[in-house]
Amino acid sequence: MAWLPKSRKARRRLTIIAAAAPILAAAVGLSLYAMGDGVVFFYGPSEAHSKAPIGRVVRIGGLVEAGSVARAADGSVSFKVTDRQVAIPVTYRGDLPDLFREGQGVVTQGAFDNAGVFRASQVLAKHDERYMPPEVARALKARGEWKRGEGQGADQAQTPRPAA
Amino acid sequence: MTAELGAFSLVLALVFSLAQAVLSAAGRVTGAQAFRRAGEGAALAAFLAVAAAFLALTAAFVSSDFSIAYVANNSHTDKPLIYKIAGVWGGHEGSLLLWCLALTGYGAAVALFGERLPRNLKSLTVASQGVLGVLFIGFAVFASNAFLRLPTPPVEGRSLNPLLQDPALALHPPFLYAGYVGLSVPFSLAVAALIEGRIDAAWARWVRPWTLAAWSLLTVGITLGAFWAYYELGWGGWWAWDPVENASFMPWLASAALLHSAVVTEKRGALPGWTVFLALLAFSFSMLGAFLVRSGILTSVHAFAVDPTRGVILVGIMLAAAGAGFGLFAWRVPNLAPGGVFAPISREASLVLNNLFLAVAAAVVFVGTLFPLLFEALHKTISIGPPYFNLTFAPLMGAALLVLPAGPLLAWKRADLKGVWQRLMLAAALAAGAAILTLALHAPIAVFAAIGVGLGVWVAVGALLEAAQRVRLFKAPLAESLRRVGGLPRGSWGMTLAHLGLGLFVMGAAYETAYRVEAAEVLAPGGSLRLGAYVLTLDSVVGVAGPNYSAERARISVTRANGAPVCKAEPERRYYPVNRQQTSEVGLCFKGLNDLYVVAGDARALPNGTEGRLIRAYWNPWVRLIFLGPLLMAIGGALSLSDRRLRLAAAQRAAPVTAEARA
Repeated sequence: MAWLPKSRKARRRLTIIAAAAPILAAAVGLSLYAMGDGVVFFYGPSEAHSKAPIGRVVRIGGLVEAGSVARAADGSVSFKVTDRQVAIPVTYRGDLPDLFREGQGVVTQGAFDNAGVFRASQVLAKHDERYMPPEVARALKARGEWKRGEGQGADQAQTPRPAA
Repeated sequence: MTAELGAFSLVLALVFSLAQAVLSAAGRVTGAQAFRRAGEGAALAAFLAVAAAFLALTAAFVSSDFSIAYVANNSHTDKPLIYKIAGVWGGHEGSLLLWCLALTGYGAAVALFGERLPRNLKSLTVASQGVLGVLFIGFAVFASNAFLRLPTPPVEGRSLNPLLQDPALALHPPFLYAGYVGLSVPFSLAVAALIEGRIDAAWARWVRPWTLAAWSLLTVGITLGAFWAYYELGWGGWWAWDPVENASFMPWLASAALLHSAVVTEKRGALPGWTVFLALLAFSFSMLGAFLVRSGILTSVHAFAVDPTRGVILVGIMLAAAGAGFGLFAWRVPNLAPGGVFAPISREASLVLNNLFLAVAAAVVFVGTLFPLLFEALHKTISIGPPYFNLTFAPLMGAALLVLPAGPLLAWKRADLKGVWQRLMLAAALAAGAAILTLALHAPIAVFAAIGVGLGVWVAVGALLEAAQRVRLFKAPLAESLRRVGGLPRGSWGMTLAHLGLGLFVMGAAYETAYRVEAAEVLAPGGSLRLGAYVLTLDSVVGVAGPNYSAERARISVTRANGAPVCKAEPERRYYPVNRQQTSEVGLCFKGLNDLYVVAGDARALPNGTEGRLIRAYWNPWVRLIFLGPLLMAIGGALSLSDRRLRLAAAQRAAPVTAEARA
């Protein structure tokens, strides 16, 4: 084939590029396509209703409102996620993470139903009580509800307190 | 006293590492043997000093010395001894110390066992390990010191996070770190070779054993972590494409690619630049992983020991080390001698294709993991979940698996595709049969499961066929075949085992994901629930006292629908008073490759007013393959490592060093 370069080195380079190009193109195309479905936006309770359309999968995060957790006999559980101004009712079927507690930070993933109840498919477990999900901290800070040493500050790890 | 000894040892290690870097570099520049020897001695001394610091911290944990802030934060007198020791690496400072121990251990191993390396290359490698040592030990001494004293020591410690008090997780960090940090040796070898300006078959042969060792350890570490997530977190998930999981997966993909490309460079002298690039990339991904896990910059389910300010320093270290490596690469690589040529259908070409898929897969994971950071700059918070990774990673890996069995059957330089296809017909037939059976036997039709099972069978049978052909099974008399089994190089058995393991993993992952069955119900003692072909009856709930926890244990008998007993499951719900934390211990019934997985939930009122327990059960078919497959891969890696052809005196004898890192 006359249009091919003459040197073997250049030919090999061309072969490699010819093999790599479709794989790269496929990867880029797939990634862009998957980003459409795979990206999940996060909202605090105050902005969740206005920004998250019904049925669209989003994450909402905040504090579990004290006294709002109710466990039903069918295995489902309901609670409210709050930033101390707006509280969003959430229902969830499944095991709550062991660190799920009233008054603690939580992130849930799911979608709003027609009644404005957030149906969570996932309640994110945090392995460490000292850990606060960054987006919850940010959402609470934005509301002016962030106080250091509320039981979630990462800084506690450095300034140890005697055990209770 | 131990704390001061430990702190002093660590500072000493920093000085030794500095000496290691300077003296070894001086040895290369002047050519003086005395400098080279002194640099190697300093490498050994640095390792011993970090080991002493590590032992001091371990001693502080064992003796519950709560005047040390780190011990007070992560230990408690009631904790069983094994978790006191595991507490050493249970937090930020201690795990960094473990990292430093592995790093200096590998540096000392290169100094001690690298006799076959050319002198200049060896000196520069030891020097590069020294520079890495200075960076990380410096970080440990100045910004993350595990030996800081508290002005007023507490009477009791705050104990280790109960979720970490688990045998699999006690071992997970040592393996993971030995793997992560093991990749520093290929990195240093690459830096040294770039400075020397010579990358040839011999260099690739030195890189391979270190990469194999690191990759095998990393495989075990990741598998232990996945197994822990599977049975400890209580929802039966073994992989969630969480940023922290991805952080360990990226170096794994890069080192797997490196393993294969180093073969091409060793056997054929081809792709030298690409192999060096991967060697730099693999350890850079390790450092990126360390940063992602510790900085807390991305929301993860598995975030432990997070500290944003320290994250900034880690970014600096990572950028400095990786930047220097890649800068050197950009400067030197145009001068490299080009490698050998090969035809588009050849063993080389198949390995190039393997590398393309692995590298692109790593890039896709990289983009998905770090993309949220880009949005962060726009003040939007997003997360990228499994759908993205399933859609991008799975097809890429599927394509890679499709070409995998052909690779080992192709000849070097120029191969005959038709002959290879004839030899793989059996595997193709079995794979197609398995896929069709999967579709036919299961009610909800899951095309992806069928494709996955088919691909898994294709890879596993392909690996076995290749081995069978090597020993001429059924073609020669059986005695002749058996003789050939012993005669084959261990490296090729290692490859067979690793590919077989990968095939089994793919089968398990596809099958379990598609066909797991779940059931949940609130049960009072005597009540039962149905899970597929099984009936689970709650016999009783009893209180149990553990060493540092109290637990409620649910006794559950599992029977078939006709009442025939199958097994007993005893899931627990533990409460650790020191941490004020609840954990669930899953009850597992082993049924061959399948698991019956039972979780005891919280107490709930039944409609009739009596109190019951929420019992959740899963039938996880073929789930054992998900953990056995990678284990086989690691065993395959270890087997290859023992191959004499790899001149593995080096890494073989280095093994005790990593074993110490685990202790």
